[in-house]
Amino acid sequence: MPAPIRLRELIRTIRTARTQAEEREMIQKECAAIRSSFREEDNTYRCRNVAKLLYMHMLGYPAHFGQLECLKLIASQKFTDKRIGYLGAMLLLDERQDVHLLMTNCIKNDLNHSTQYVQGLALCTLGCMGSSEMCRDLAGEVEKLLKTSNSYLRKKAALCAVHVIRKVPELMEMFLPATKNLLNEKNHGVLHTSVVLLTEMCERSPDMLAHFRKNEKLVPQLVRILKNLIMSGYSPEHDVSGISDPFLQVRILRLLRILGRNDDDSSEAMNDILAQVATNTETSKNVGNAILYETVLTIMDIKSESGLRVLAINILGRFLLNNDKNIRYVALTSLLKTVQTDHNAVQRHRSTIVDCLKDLDVSIKRRAMELSFALVNGNNVRGMMKELLYFLDSCEPEFKADCASGIFLAAEKYAPSKRWHIDTIMRVLTTAGSYVRDDAVPNLIQLITNSVEMHAYTVQRLYKAILGDYSQQPLVQVASWCIGEYGDLLVSGQCEEEEPIQVTEDEVLDILESILISNMSASVTRGYALTAIMKLSTRFTCTVNRIKKVVSIYGSSIDVELQQRAVEYNALFKKYDHMRPALLERMPVMEKVTTNGPTEIVQTNGETEPAVLETKPPPSGLQPGSQANDLLDLLGGSDITPVIPTVPTSKPASAGGELLDLLGDLNLTGSPVPAPAPQISQPPFLLDGLPSQPLFNDIAAGIPSITAYNKNGLKIDFTFERSNTNPSVTVITIQASNSTELDMTDFVFQAAVPKTFQLQLLSPSSSVIPAFNSGTITQVIKVLNPQKQQLRMRIKLTYNHKGSAMQDLAEVNNFPPQSWQ
Amino acid sequence: MIKAILIFNNHGKPRLSKFYQRYSEDTQQQIIRETFHLVSKRDENVCNFLEGGLLIGGSDNKLIYRHYATLYFVFCVDSSESELGILDLIQVFVETLDKCFENVCELDLIFHVDKVHNILAEMVMGGMVLETNMNEIVTQIDAQNKLEKSEAGLAGAPARAVSAVKNMNLPEIPRNINIGDISIKVPNLPTFK
Repeated sequence: MPAPIRLRELIRTIRTARTQAEEREMIQKECAAIRSSFREEDNTYRCRNVAKLLYMHMLGYPAHFGQLECLKLIASQKFTDKRIGYLGAMLLLDERQDVHLLMTNCIKNDLNHSTQYVQGLALCTLGCMGSSEMCRDLAGEVEKLLKTSNSYLRKKAALCAVHVIRKVPELMEMFLPATKNLLNEKNHGVLHTSVVLLTEMCERSPDMLAHFRKNEKLVPQLVRILKNLIMSGYSPEHDVSGISDPFLQVRILRLLRILGRNDDDSSEAMNDILAQVATNTETSKNVGNAILYETVLTIMDIKSESGLRVLAINILGRFLLNNDKNIRYVALTSLLKTVQTDHNAVQRHRSTIVDCLKDLDVSIKRRAMELSFALVNGNNVRGMMKELLYFLDSCEPEFKADCASGIFLAAEKYAPSKRWHIDTIMRVLTTAGSYVRDDAVPNLIQLITNSVEMHAYTVQRLYKAILGDYSQQPLVQVASWCIGEYGDLLVSGQCEEEEPIQVTEDEVLDILESILISNMSASVTRGYALTAIMKLSTRFTCTVNRIKKVVSIYGSSIDVELQQRAVEYNALFKKYDHMRPALLERMPVMEKVTTNGPTEIVQTNGETEPAVLETKPPPSGLQPGSQANDLLDLLGGSDITPVIPTVPTSKPASAGGELLDLLGDLNLTGSPVPAPAPQISQPPFLLDGLPSQPLFNDIAAGIPSITAYNKNGLKIDFTFERSNTNPSVTVITIQASNSTELDMTDFVFQAAVPKTFQLQLLSPSSSVIPAFNSGTITQVIKVLNPQKQQLRMRIKLTYNHKGSAMQDLAEVNNFPPQSWQ
Repeated sequence: MIKAILIFNNHGKPRLSKFYQRYSEDTQQQIIRETFHLVSKRDENVCNFLEGGLLIGGSDNKLIYRHYATLYFVFCVDSSESELGILDLIQVFVETLDKCFENVCELDLIFHVDKVHNILAEMVMGGMVLETNMNEIVTQIDAQNKLEKSEAGLAGAPARAVSAVKNMNLPEIPRNINIGDISIKVPNLPTFK
């Protein structure tokens, strides 16, 4: 059998192939030759064959039949063979094949070989693809090599140790003694890899981290090394563009970051050196900037003093103005990380960041967009929105969805006025309508419903928007819903804000019908349109017959959803015509979960209105109970509205319910509660049962608390909070404590106020008051006092004490004037 | 941690691929293709950082690349590596290749894949940076190559002879040797190159 061709020949041959098929043919021929050569157990040329196999593997052809051959090469005595063998092992083998375990013995022998290069090869392979079993077996050898004086081997052993720790974390302890002297080395390679090893150990185990901080005094050592690097002047062997070993500097800075995080002593020890690095490093080349970048990240992460932080943000600001795109990218990334903690400092660079939105580079644009959203606040919202809307117009499609959602969130949080809010939303819908996320539609509908005074304006604008183009589904959905609800406002032409347009009922129906017919409309959109047409039957006067016709046509539609709706509406026309007006009445204002800012008590309509499409209005009865009647009787009847406290276990969000909730929580179909963005902490629902949390962001301090009741060992204290944003609301937190020797169980607190007030009781923290004042029950009462009358309250207490049921009534008149004025 | 190091040319042909995390062979090839697609779309004057493609881990991993003549050098790293530092590392890698191969070009990488792997093994091990000092790396590589050559035996004799003559410092051979009346003309020996 002729000698197999050299790797070079093979490569040359393959390169002459002109088509993929030719190449495949050549490779297959060669593979066959290699396979027969392997079968013949040819020692001299095995190395050559495996090299060729690796080349073919790189091109993408299967090469698994060479795995055993790699093992044979590793076992050979020659360095050449070993080299190719280990390379093959790293490329072809991995943990999932059982074959790799056969390597363990070879590697063990080679780790103790006399030639350092062989040892190096073994360490390299173990560090690249060693499985956990191999690592467990060979960890001892690696540890031994970690202590050797040969710097070439020491650095490789350090990285191998990192791999071992990653695979088998329990072995970390084993390497601890060897790390003691690692940082005393002069060789930068060893220093570098030792820092990597220490970083890995500190990151993995908080015990190690604490150990290194206290016992090893790692921070002073690192500071010393860093100082030497900066001060040492020019050293030709470590120099990269004028800076002495920047890689090592960056690594040390990273380790300092981990050591200094959340630790005051360490942070203090490194403040000086960080300031020195930050000011002395030259920024003309990329290396200098790399070091500065790392320094800035470290400063932001540890507990540094404020002067240092300002220095860091200024460095980032300088980066932003740099011409090099990489630097700007890196600056934007770091600013994004720090914007939560140092918001004001980052605000100073807002204009530069907004300019980056116009950059041509996609990566920079994305970063700038995220950062811009993080920087929007109440003061700059108008300007920022303008820029962001412009960005939305001109950006790539992959950004549009994120940008649209971001704009919605920001607008919701910081809208200066309702009209601006609606205008912004309209703008987004018209420019990027098809990229808006699905849950945006119900949110928008909710928003529009809540801004009562803007209905006419909104519906007019929406109508105009879809007149020309009804292909953007979210826009069409919102528009058809609004037209259905407020069609009468549209036709009557009354709108204070804009030029009123003349629209006839027929024109409105034309547009809705064309939406129904159009091929571009999704099934959901058609559903919206049909419902809108139906609703108009109560709001329009002259076109009811036309509506009836349309609805009956769709009674035989292929789309099952449409068909069902049409059939039901038909039935509404025929059999239940008397109920039609009531069912299709205007939607009430919806309960809204605000995502930030002070909560408002939403105005409610007096009656509970049924949701559309429900044929049964939910019952709205008072809870029949003797308690209400009792209070009425006692307080002379006419000027008191009783309040039933919410039962602690009921979830107010459940449909219907028998309680008359003042804050009528009507979660209407099709309008799920919007999900808050991750950065915003969600304040509790208004009907939440956690009274101990402050419900208002701005609490007026200094209202004296009162003892409302103190009898028979039961003491009830009232503490007050007023909201600065809604001066008619007072929040009273009651605390009930028990100074007797026995617990009071089944404690229920009820309250009643004069008719001009509105009262809401939230769920109490528990129903048991432990004895000896060892605990309290807290409960929150919210009082709405729009006429600013003097607060009076009747309270009724029921509880079980010493085996008998107790009950008491009291009147509270000693409210401090600040609580209701 | 560095997840992968890829070198491919302007048409997407891989010249070197080293993965430090386990992927099947098909996935490896797909990753090379996907990375090529992402990187080749980039303009010349944009930044050198990209989000990783879906196969290589999505937005947790970044692609840091540099374009030299006909080759793209791409390092796929996760968030624990400094982006600017990796850019410098690529530069050091290319300079080392330049030193080892003397004015390295794509052909050198094509025909000496194994040597490039060896050089890379001296710089990055197990996904972590091992050595960044160019001279140190070159010294080690030379020593290992010498070790290899010494083992080559008879088959390596011609190669050894060539390198021996290359390293030899041939002094100037005088053209005319004049010893008294005898004039010996030295024939023009062909020069060894």
